[in-house]
Amino acid sequence: MTIFIPTPLRTFTAGKDAVEVNAATIAGALDELILAYPGLRKHLFTSEGKVRAFVNIYLNDEDVRYLPAKEATEVSPADTLSIIPSIAGGCQPR
Amino acid sequence: MSELRLSRAVYDTIRAHGEETYPHECCGALLGRSTPDGWWIEAAIRAGNTRTDSAHNRYEISPAELVKIERESRRRGLSIAGFYHSHPDHPTQWSETDLAEAHWLGCSYVITAVANGKAVATNSFRLAGDTEENKRFEPELIAVKDSAS
Repeated sequence: MTIFIPTPLRTFTAGKDAVEVNAATIAGALDELILAYPGLRKHLFTSEGKVRAFVNIYLNDEDVRYLPAKEATEVSPADTLSIIPSIAGGCQPR
Repeated sequence: MSELRLSRAVYDTIRAHGEETYPHECCGALLGRSTPDGWWIEAAIRAGNTRTDSAHNRYEISPAELVKIERESRRRGLSIAGFYHSHPDHPTQWSETDLAEAHWLGCSYVITAVANGKAVATNSFRLAGDTEENKRFEPELIAVKDSAS
């Protein structure tokens, strides 16, 4: 399956905007990605191994956090994962 | 200082969007090509502001929409180079909120001040640093050009 890499993380994938992995689940696909490109780990995961709060992972057009099986969801070769860091802001002070 | 290059059409599109959504913040993505001299922005893609609860001083682009924008960027052979939004009746200076919510390291964040419905200044800031812990905004020159060269 294909994992699409957002602009800010391509530095850690040798410039690639898409990485092909073989995996049975979403978690397995992300593990394969980190195995191939270890520099991504701290940008995607906390020290406890959870996906960072501002990192959105989409299986095709669905947010993984809302899938019944979440990262344990099975995937097929035709599926894609998109890694999407959040975009927000505004002139209001926090 | 880094430079963000874009066409007059893209520049005007960004500013016009801010005028149209005033007094609310507008937002969108910038699609471009990476060149040895920096990003050349070829298109500004409008996005919806999901912060309908506080649209006059907050913006957010839904990740679902970003997935579609990324798909479109791939179709065009481009990359997401950054994002733009407006500050209604507020300076073109990044806020603490802008920095806290910025995660696209190496990308450009363009802000347009819209005063009384009219676009005033437009500034760009590069999100520098290589981690969430050392990220910072650095001012960036905006060069409005006829072409990428």
